Amino acid sequence: MPGVIEVSGLTKVFGAITAVDHISFEVREGEIFGFLGPNGAGKTTTTRMLTGVIPMDAGSVHIFGHDISTAPVRARQRSGVVPETSNAYADLTGWQNLMLMADLYGVPRRRAEERSRDLLETLGILERRDQKVQGYSKGMKQRLILAMALLHEPELLFLDEPTSGLDVQSTRMILSLLRGLNEGGTTIFLTTHNMDEANQLCDRVGIIRDGRIVAIDAPEKLKAAIERLHRIEVSFDGAVTADDLASLPGIAGAGRTGDKWQITTEDADAAIRSVVALSRERGVRIVTLQTLAPSLDDAFLRLTGEEGR
Amino acid sequence: MAALQGRVRQAWAIARKDMRIYYLKGPVLIFGVFMPVFLFLAFYMGGRDLSPAFLLAGLMGMTLFFTSTAVSPAIFPWEGQAKTLERLAASPASIATIVLGDMTASVIFGIGVTMVTLLIALGLGLPLLHGFVLAAAILLAAVCFSALGMLLAVPPTNVPSNIMMLSSLLKFPLVFISGIFVPLEELPSWGMALAVCSPLTYFTDIARYSFTGTHFFPVAADIAALAVFALVFTVAAVVLHRRTMPRRM
Ligand SMILES: Nc1ncnc2c1ncn2[C@@H]1O[C@H](COP(=O)(O)OP(=O)(O)O)[C@@H](O)[C@H]1O
Ligand SMILES: [Mg+2]
Repeated sequence: MPGVIEVSGLTKVFGAITAVDHISFEVREGEIFGFLGPNGAGKTTTTRMLTGVIPMDAGSVHIFGHDISTAPVRARQRSGVVPETSNAYADLTGWQNLMLMADLYGVPRRRAEERSRDLLETLGILERRDQKVQGYSKGMKQRLILAMALLHEPELLFLDEPTSGLDVQSTRMILSLLRGLNEGGTTIFLTTHNMDEANQLCDRVGIIRDGRIVAIDAPEKLKAAIERLHRIEVSFDGAVTADDLASLPGIAGAGRTGDKWQITTEDADAAIRSVVALSRERGVRIVTLQTLAPSLDDAFLRLTGEEGR
Repeated sequence: MAALQGRVRQAWAIARKDMRIYYLKGPVLIFGVFMPVFLFLAFYMGGRDLSPAFLLAGLMGMTLFFTSTAVSPAIFPWEGQAKTLERLAASPASIATIVLGDMTASVIFGIGVTMVTLLIALGLGLPLLHGFVLAAAILLAAVCFSALGMLLAVPPTNVPSNIMMLSSLLKFPLVFISGIFVPLEELPSWGMALAVCSPLTYFTDIARYSFTGTHFFPVAADIAALAVFALVFTVAAVVLHRRTMPRRM
């Protein structure tokens, strides 16, 4: 069975920058596919090409089997989009924005009203529907934009960093709504630079960096890769050498910036015990000690290392 | 058929959105009503022995031209800047439908305000000799000027003032070569060569014919010229926006 989204050799060049560099992947029916990467990796550019908003320079995209370059309308009719930078019309009310979508997607009026009411209720902004969007908070705006994307009951949903910069409440609401939609059968393509979000939500994650996909995997595997790699930052008031640290049990490597040592380890607990033991043994005091959550970059380094790039 | 109906619904929704957001605003409406009134007074005071019917026909041309091109060039830059355009572009509405929707709002606004000049004419007791011809010409010219407004929006800048500047540079000279201030009969041959290039010329000629019964070009030629300009501008606007729209994102 062909994928809901099939991407092959997709490329976009802006002047000297190759924003998206011959990427290929497919998204299967019913899955939540996470597209994960740091800022500037090419996530938005890819999403825009998948939704047919900007033309591609090479490659092909098929959505439900329709070529987005030649049959964009058919592809768009069955998918919903939450663009990264999109806004609802600030001078219209929430309700008017939704009715505009109903007209654009050809949803019968009665059905559109029913559905709008349900969506606004679920998203907790029903009582604000006749207010101009201007007066909405950022989280409310984003919830409205999500409602606008869902009005025509799309089978496929594109979301470009839907929770970026939102308050906790809105983020939770949106993520739980997405989970519910997916349980109901909606296929979801979600970009994010938030590893946790990808871990919590996605069935599979593609990691993009500098316009190239460096790994596509189930999040468990990504997680395993990260969890193997913790970092600890420690400083002492006396002299300690790299060899001292590197020879300790549980420590994979040590490097230094300024007076701080960065220690990488697969077992934070063992590493901290070793460091404490070392300080006692040498009679130096620990001035600061911090464990650093694994960053996306750590994961990338790890993953790209494994991919042999 | 169903597909066409869907497109009409999309275009009409876009037009209604434009009217709500850009046209039905206090200042825009006040501008719309006062502009023809002030233009008329300015004409009337300075009108060197030109007949009120002549003045009014010119006024009607200017009003329709300025109102139909007043807002339409700025809509794409505004929406690009406000980041609402990507939402539209990602919907099943084609670029042609979006352009036609924006034009529809502009046509309605242009015609609405032009009705004010018609009221001034009737209030002054001018005889409306050829109502049907005038109505047809107003509709065609409104489409033509609105399409011209969309054409002015083609450069993919999201800074509305740039586009407004560019449109003023084009719009004002056009008024002077369109037989509004000087009757076509009195134009030198180079003036005539310029005048035939301006769609406003043909509309003004018909407006004049509607109130005075005299015309410079055959009426059918005026109508045909307006129709051709309207078609060419519309097609050009759609084709060019298809090309530049992605660069606004
Ligand atoms: N319209 C554009 N013109 C020029 N460069 C662009 C444009 N859009 C994106 N880029 C560049 O392409 C790269 C990828 O950007 P983007 O897709 O927005 O990344 P992401 O969404 O992952 O943060 C960046 O280097 C960005 O500067
Ligand atoms: Mg982005």
